Amino acid sequence: MSEHLYISSSCTINSHHVFKDESLLFEGNSVGTEWLLMVYKHFRFGYPKFYKMDNLSKLGWLATEVLLQNMDLKTYQPHDVGIVLTNKSSSLDTDFKYFETVKTIASPALFVYTLPNIVIGEISIRHQLKGENVLFVTKKFDIGFMLQYVQGLFTAGSVQSCICGWLEYFGTTIEAAMYLVEKSDNGTAIPFTKENINKIYQLTNG
Amino acid sequence: MADLKKQIIEQLNLQHITPDQIGNDQPLFVEGLGLDSIDALELIVLLQQQYNIKINNAEDGPKVFSSVRSMAEYITANQQA
Repeated sequence: MSEHLYISSSCTINSHHVFKDESLLFEGNSVGTEWLLMVYKHFRFGYPKFYKMDNLSKLGWLATEVLLQNMDLKTYQPHDVGIVLTNKSSSLDTDFKYFETVKTIASPALFVYTLPNIVIGEISIRHQLKGENVLFVTKKFDIGFMLQYVQGLFTAGSVQSCICGWLEYFGTTIEAAMYLVEKSDNGTAIPFTKENINKIYQLTNG
Repeated sequence: MADLKKQIIEQLNLQHITPDQIGNDQPLFVEGLGLDSIDALELIVLLQQQYNIKINNAEDGPKVFSSVRSMAEYITANQQA
């Protein structure tokens, strides 16, 4: 029997908007990397490593920072907090940039980001998380799969809390739809359902 | 050394600091600028790209990259050679 799970917090970032719990927090006209930098500066996140990250990691890191504002993950053991992400284009944005450098002198700093799950490492380092983590590359945002997989992690006792979401950065597409899933309702949480996940994801369209 | 500091900042994406915040003799790694092993590789790339200098002996690395001054001295010595 599946457990009742809740979405305690959410963050959606698209090309020009940042939403927290489905409310608009910030908007701007910069594009691509400059937009991510604009978000970073707006929220005054002091984390120099941010500048070194590739775009996918920057996007995931920013979305997680906003997602976890006012959330207390320290109530959990580090190995009890999981991270489950999906996207369509893997790390292609960085893969192409790295490929360009290979023609002359390959960039070590780009090479280390030529795997999509590096973003999970950046989030884990920032928040000292050591739980189960995975990034699936899928053709499209598959809500049913996410629901089933995350539900399974909780049922198996693998996680007590889980940072989940869709994280896509490629070409002109910037989509982060992230949410924190927990076992208990913090008073403002919404049920972990297809409908509620879809609402968070739909904000990536504007 | 001012140009070298600008190149280091650009190569390593150290956008949170300015050239004048890097001391000539400040350690680049650990307690100084806090650079890591990937940064060390990027500094090697910088020497190759900007100055066409290769570090042939890996054991020279820690000494060459100990500070901006040591890098500048290494560049000057090897460009003259």
